[in-house]
Amino acid sequence: MPKSGIRDFFELVQAADDVISLGIGEPDFVTPWHIREAAIYALEKGKTSYTSNLGLLSLRKSVSKYMAKEFEVEYNPESEILIAVGVSEALDIALRAVVNPGDKVMYHEPCYVSYHPSVLMTHGVGVKVATKEEDNFALDPQRLWDHWEPGVKALLLNFPTNPTGGTVTREQLLEIARFAQEKDVLVISDEIYAELTFDGKHTSIASLPGMRDRTILLHGCSKAFAMTGFRIGFACANPELTEAMMKVHQYSMLCAPILSQEAAIEALENGQEAVARMKEQYQRRRDLIVRKLNESGLTCHLPNGTFYAFPSIQSTGMTSKDFSLKLFEEKRVAAVPGDAFGDSGEGFIRCSYSTSYENLIQATDLIDSFVQGL
Amino acid sequence: MEKVLQLLVEGESLSTRQMAEVLNYSEEEIEKQLQALKDQEILLGWRPILNPTKDVEDLVRAVIEVKIKPEREGGFNKLADRISRFDEVESCYLMSGAYDLLVVVKGRNLQAVAGFVSERLASIEGVLSTATHFLLRAYKEQGYLLPGTAEDSEKPKISP
Repeated sequence: MPKSGIRDFFELVQAADDVISLGIGEPDFVTPWHIREAAIYALEKGKTSYTSNLGLLSLRKSVSKYMAKEFEVEYNPESEILIAVGVSEALDIALRAVVNPGDKVMYHEPCYVSYHPSVLMTHGVGVKVATKEEDNFALDPQRLWDHWEPGVKALLLNFPTNPTGGTVTREQLLEIARFAQEKDVLVISDEIYAELTFDGKHTSIASLPGMRDRTILLHGCSKAFAMTGFRIGFACANPELTEAMMKVHQYSMLCAPILSQEAAIEALENGQEAVARMKEQYQRRRDLIVRKLNESGLTCHLPNGTFYAFPSIQSTGMTSKDFSLKLFEEKRVAAVPGDAFGDSGEGFIRCSYSTSYENLIQATDLIDSFVQGL
Repeated sequence: MEKVLQLLVEGESLSTRQMAEVLNYSEEEIEKQLQALKDQEILLGWRPILNPTKDVEDLVRAVIEVKIKPEREGGFNKLADRISRFDEVESCYLMSGAYDLLVVVKGRNLQAVAGFVSERLASIEGVLSTATHFLLRAYKEQGYLLPGTAEDSEKPKISP
């Protein structure tokens, strides 16, 4: 299994201290204080024990309420919600619960760095479906039919998508749902960026007719609530699937840290205002960076979610890696080469706009002078 | 709220050019809107927010609870306006509750503030009583936490 393409670049950039980074895959905001305060209070109260394998029931109840309200899907907190250590673990246990050696798992690419490796670690076989710039990196449902092959057990979705910022419409999701039902495919949907959808409300595939019991819905606190370091993810699915995931989780992780679980309750119950505030900032930053990138001659679609812009650098004739490397060496601006997110990301770079206006203006000015100097 | 005003309130202290970039306006447009905000007396002026613990101003501050006698015409306003006009007074608010005006006063030292209160403020006709509280230490100044926020130097510069 190859090491993550992001790794070499990380080591290079991490060592430099005069760099403006557009490479940060997490919010630049600190976790809202009322959430941090809840964690401190939990610590003061001596909450330092294990929790149930599934997670605190009080948290699962909060998750249930939150998912019903924001995702329009009902889950029973007793038997259909599992609290994991971030969506990374949730994805891992979902795949391990579902995939047998040789099973095929479809996923769209460019995608988060762990998807294909996680499939490989279950001895599954990845079947990749490319999403395209001309579709704004939505998943054209027709491509699923085109790439389907016998033996496909699961379909991995991630909308809004890291690294492209792509989202899918409800109509496209309905088509994807029809595909899943006709081909009897289980959907594992990582919707960690759901709240960071800018135009229109996020639709969860699990909320569509006939999909709830065919979907493992993964969500968590990291992105919307700026809680990456707390490591809290949720896996929501029917009792059978939850039970299967629970087995893997209990033997490998036992439970998520209790302090983080306590903080997550506060986030879900009272965090909406902070989320709205942060989202407003992201949206303005998005408009800024996308406009500036386009002005510099790179083409960049308007991403409808996440905090990433994914401009094409194909007009420069360079590979993503060369572009990123040279940009870093000459201008001290770090942006992750698109091929770190799979071959389909070649020809693009990922620019995180999870940073200040000042940094964004400076970085895009530098990118502009870099591109003009080529 | 207007977009320019919102950027100002959020407090990233952007230059005119930076605001123009963020909002996709011309710099002239930003200047125009700032001027309009001033003309409408929405934007009163600019001041840096200084760290009081650094003592650069070398001033002491006090908040003074003032009880006053409302006048038949003008109520509290006339007297409040009169008090507000002193250079020593930074802010002056009409309050609900046990007293009428909350006056924030600054002075070179304790004596200067005490002198202002006893000789100027308390002696104004209509001022019934004053209670002076000196500020000892600041923990948060207009939204800025003191002493600063924690560094996140260990946060990775690149993450997936």
